Amino acid sequence: MILQVEGLGKRFGGLQALEDVTFDLPEGQILGLIGPNGAGKTTLFNNISGVYTPTAGRVIFRGEDITGLKSYYVARKGMARTHQIVRPLKELSVLENVMVGACFGQYDYKLGKAKEIAHEVLEFVGLESRIDQLAGSLNVGQKKRLEMARSLASQPNLLLLDEVLAGLNPSEISYMVEIVKRIRAERGITIIMIEHVMHAVMNVSDRMVVLDYGRQLAEGTPDEVSQNPKVIEAYLGDPKLAEKLMASGGE
Amino acid sequence: MSIPTQTKASPPSRTITAVLKEYAGLLIPIGVVLFIIAWPTITGKDISREAMFTVLLSIALASSLNILLGYSGYVSFGHVVFFGLGGYVGFYLMSVHEWLLWPAMAAGGVSSGLLAFLLGKAILRLRGGYFALATIGINEAIRAAINNFTPFGGPVGMTLNFQVYKNYGGASEALWLSFYTLAAMTLIVITVSYFVRTSKFGLGLLAIREDEDAAEIMGVIAPNAKTWAYVLSAIIPGVLGVLFFFKNGSIEPLPAFRLHFSIEMIVMVMLGGQGTVLGPIIGGLGYQSLRGFLLTSPIFKNIQLAVAGALLLLIILFIPSGIVGWLRKRVPALRRVLR
Ligand SMILES: Nc1ncnc2c1ncn2[C@@H]1O[C@H](COP(=O)(O)OP(=O)(O)O)[C@@H](O)[C@H]1O
Ligand SMILES: [Mg+2]
Repeated sequence: MILQVEGLGKRFGGLQALEDVTFDLPEGQILGLIGPNGAGKTTLFNNISGVYTPTAGRVIFRGEDITGLKSYYVARKGMARTHQIVRPLKELSVLENVMVGACFGQYDYKLGKAKEIAHEVLEFVGLESRIDQLAGSLNVGQKKRLEMARSLASQPNLLLLDEVLAGLNPSEISYMVEIVKRIRAERGITIIMIEHVMHAVMNVSDRMVVLDYGRQLAEGTPDEVSQNPKVIEAYLGDPKLAEKLMASGGE
Repeated sequence: MSIPTQTKASPPSRTITAVLKEYAGLLIPIGVVLFIIAWPTITGKDISREAMFTVLLSIALASSLNILLGYSGYVSFGHVVFFGLGGYVGFYLMSVHEWLLWPAMAAGGVSSGLLAFLLGKAILRLRGGYFALATIGINEAIRAAINNFTPFGGPVGMTLNFQVYKNYGGASEALWLSFYTLAAMTLIVITVSYFVRTSKFGLGLLAIREDEDAAEIMGVIAPNAKTWAYVLSAIIPGVLGVLFFFKNGSIEPLPAFRLHFSIEMIVMVMLGGQGTVLGPIIGGLGYQSLRGFLLTSPIFKNIQLAVAGALLLLIILFIPSGIVGWLRKRVPALRRVLR
């Protein structure tokens, strides 16, 4: 198991944002994390990656308890993530943005080697023509790819992707889905992927976890999850989403 | 096979051009500063040595501040505290314990660096305006403490015995010595600034400046990086405080911890271009030229600070990246040579 989440809870004042979330993630798998808006998906990422300290439970990463460890130490242990709302280092070039990922990740590369890795990763995500551009001047789709490149440059063992498909057009979505598949296939990186684009996440995930109001509603293969009555019920509050979920489950 | 012959055939001048290009970001700033250093000798006037002393001091202080303000994005409003504290420590050692100038300068730098290290862990947690306010508070607190500290002369301060200058060949020689010592320190701080800017440590600082949380998530240990940037930016002001008050002959709490001076440093960094090596040099030169002009004009003489404030406002509104930053944006070809 590369990651074990045990009874994880997070309370913000009066709001129980996460409660008793428990799952294991074997190495090399892609785990889809779904749930309605506000379910606590991003909060779960924040608690796993050290941005927040959980109020209950434990996070075990590569056999080591990392609960409450600062985000920069978690990064240096081989975990990388992207942000739902992109966070480019605006006044730095695309290349420099990606070099930061390589320089300060678990391998602590020197500038020269980091530059090499950055070039390779930027080509992988299709941003090689933008290398000298300032990151702030990219469009949304490119910024999402930059987030991806930055996290890949750190050569992580586990990659947390927070809605990398949101806001992309259909052709960009299929491009990105292809990249996600290749990350696992070619680099052997384990992935947790938060996604609203159901057909995409069902298509790439080995297993899925469903959150609703901070609670873990279901866990299983994409097929199991999409046929789970509790999941269907939860999504009934949002008929459009339920419909989407059903449609993709039947594919 | 053609590759080795090519390298053989290429004249050595090509490699020199390559080196010049690679280090243009360092060589241009050094060239500008060398020109300023040579100016008093070129003109042969003592008065221009005094004017260039002020310019070099501004450049060195602005470049130091830039390591924190420009590279890490933390606005230290009370940076003069390092100039004052270092100055006091060194001055005390020279006047009471008869230390020579250079070890006293080193002691001034060490004390300021130490203060920054201790403060760093505490106040660098604060972000934006809160950090700026804290630095002002610290400056005022240390000034108040020294005001009541009798070994340092309390509110009266300390003076150097005139005989001291004999160790340096007389008062007039001491003035030249101070000038060339300052010149050397300025060249050092610019070189440090360049190597920080182009290093991995510097890349981490720039990442912190752009988005500290994102930088941490990528593994930048921000609390440590910020602290070291703060320490680096504090050492030279501490060293120069000693030199300045040595040349001055006396030290008092008010001139040593003058907040006005801090604000001027920020104006210089912003004017020239924060986050660049050349920026604080252009800013220091530009600001002091302007000030020199204003001082000779009877209308502006008394409202210097108001002019500095207005200038800061104009820069922030119209050229937030400063002169060098603006040039780099406008002329992409300059990005390779202007750092
Ligand atoms: N830092 C925070 N402080 C207080 N409440 C928060 C914070 N972060 C998230 N929340 C709350 O936690 C809940 C889950 O949010 P989030 O994890 O962003 O949902 P999702 O990513 O599933 O859409 C929301 O009600 C949100 O308002
Ligand atoms: Mg979210």
